[in-house]
Amino acid sequence: MKAGDLGELALRNLREAVLRNSLTTLGVAVGVASLVAMLSLGVGLQELATRRLSNSGLFDTVIVTARRNMQGMRRPAANPVPAKPERALDEDARSEFARLPNVLEVYPQMRFPTEVRYNGNPYSTIVAGVPDSARGNGSYDGIQGSFFSGPNAEEAILQIEFAKDLSEQTATLIGKELVVRYAERQALAPENGVGNGSGANASDGAGGFSIVPREKKLRIVGIVETEPAAGFGGFGSGRLLIPLEVASTLRAAQVNDLREAVRATTGKPAYASLTVRAKSPAQVEAIETAIKSMGFGTFSLLDATRNLRLFFTIFDLLLAIFGSLALAVATLGIINTLVMAILERRREIGILKALGAADRDVKQLFFVEAGVMGLFGGVLGVGFGWFIGRALTWGTNIYLHRQNLPSAHVFSVPWWLVLGAIVFAVGVSLAAGLYPATRAARLNPVEALRYE
Amino acid sequence: MTTGDGVAVRAEQVSRHYEMGAAVIRAVDEVTLEIRAGEFVALLGSSGSGKSTLLNLMAGLDRPTGGAIFANGRNLSGLSSLELARYRSRTVGMVFQSFNLLPRMTLEENVELPLRLAEVDRGERGARVQEALERVRLEKRLTHRPSELSGGEQQRAALARALVNRPTILFADEPTGNLDSATGESIMLLLKEIQQKLGMTIVMVTHERPLAERFADRIAALADGKLLTDGVKS
Repeated sequence: MKAGDLGELALRNLREAVLRNSLTTLGVAVGVASLVAMLSLGVGLQELATRRLSNSGLFDTVIVTARRNMQGMRRPAANPVPAKPERALDEDARSEFARLPNVLEVYPQMRFPTEVRYNGNPYSTIVAGVPDSARGNGSYDGIQGSFFSGPNAEEAILQIEFAKDLSEQTATLIGKELVVRYAERQALAPENGVGNGSGANASDGAGGFSIVPREKKLRIVGIVETEPAAGFGGFGSGRLLIPLEVASTLRAAQVNDLREAVRATTGKPAYASLTVRAKSPAQVEAIETAIKSMGFGTFSLLDATRNLRLFFTIFDLLLAIFGSLALAVATLGIINTLVMAILERRREIGILKALGAADRDVKQLFFVEAGVMGLFGGVLGVGFGWFIGRALTWGTNIYLHRQNLPSAHVFSVPWWLVLGAIVFAVGVSLAAGLYPATRAARLNPVEALRYE
Repeated sequence: MTTGDGVAVRAEQVSRHYEMGAAVIRAVDEVTLEIRAGEFVALLGSSGSGKSTLLNLMAGLDRPTGGAIFANGRNLSGLSSLELARYRSRTVGMVFQSFNLLPRMTLEENVELPLRLAEVDRGERGARVQEALERVRLEKRLTHRPSELSGGEQQRAALARALVNRPTILFADEPTGNLDSATGESIMLLLKEIQQKLGMTIVMVTHERPLAERFADRIAALADGKLLTDGVKS
């Protein structure tokens, strides 16, 4: 039989027992909806986690140090590879990193100890410089107050625990001023023409330096739960955040400066470490490899991202298995419906065979009926699944708002899931139709014609 | 279409036995029968004589357990399931006692069904259906469903369905069994007309001797699965 005729006859047969076939199709739809809802939840959570972690700066970041800074920090290799010539982490290196493919930005890590004075009381803490690019990456979505008004704004954002040290009513801190006391480096002239590396700023000289206490008045503009982009190259989380540009101009002495001061270098100013941000976590590995090949030490949380992917793959698999249970039940419904149809249409099958239908035609007819139920069930199920997802997101966001947390998209229905679910539903339905279709095709026409 | 020697169908020592536990039922037992092209043959016998079983074997609906049936020069026993389906679709037309129209389809759709199975082009089907229905004088009932027709009309519709693929042999299993005598006679007249106008071979099963004697060219009488007599009617 031609495909068009097969389709017409199948649809006609399905219309004949419209209630039963609709209920069977609904069963498939519920199964697919369950599968889509589960997988969409998995995908949504994965995307949410990836987005949040990516925004945190932990997974798209490579910390670069001069290789010598890492010596003594690693276990000796079993088969030591001849080391590449050591290179200084200077402005030239920073420019080279910036030119690497898929590098978003390169900036120095700025962290230094300070004493903060607020309302006449001293508080020791760590200041961290935050690049202006952090403004749009979502890390500050839940901020009380606002992000820095500009890259050179003399403003501060407080980490919530530090803000609580300053005042129990943290919201009242916004708009207030505080004073940061820090140690400023002042460059000394090089001795005998040999320069020593300074901590972090290329504007400094390459000679030694003296320490001078300084103060800086800053206005509090925001409070955050945790320090976004906490990084892992410094010596603790920053509890007081200031614009990176401002941190650079302070020329504050950092811990690494003491080490750099006693080392012989090329004479050019060098950075203690640089943060290289990739466009996405997927590109971190290639960038890290490229930087290593230049002769620098690197550190990233690449293994953590791999583990995260592995976790979500297993998580999605488990969700898919649970989601498929409902579809398995629906499959039994299809088998039951088609077996019932064979009993009811036994005589009709006999007539078709007497009129010239081959076993193959009868088989295909039942297959198409199963496939059509699967197709409609699949499309309907994807719609239901999407609706369930919207409802879940809606409910979750109501809960998050009540907890004073920002909204989150915990649900995602990508196009591959839509197509995959429909194809899967049709495939499962065809598999369910295999037994009834084969049974119908094997009916003896003489016996079928006798059936009343 | 014939076997080449003017024979439409030939059964040679054909048997159809059924096993019912330890017992063997010999529905058809070593029957040899030759039906010539264009002939109207009546298979006559009482209930259980094996006439319908023999008809089903010759129509390719069933396979013999012994012997051979030749049609179109080929032994039907040796055909695959698909080839046998093609034989039923292209060479054979069938009419049943209980009409066997599909109740949810209109007359037009019922008659079109064999054309769909034979994969006849859609553009050609309308004319073929019209031609078949005109032949049985039901061309004005295209959109009616079987339940809206009388018994005689339903059998005429079944006849149109059997003719639509232009078969060479028409097998009719008790075509008047469910009809009153007047309607039955009109169906028999129609069958005779078709035989004469189209030169079609007709094999009809009946248990009514008068009907067979009046319309058939030849009567083959069966009893207990065996052929008792085979000859031109007296």
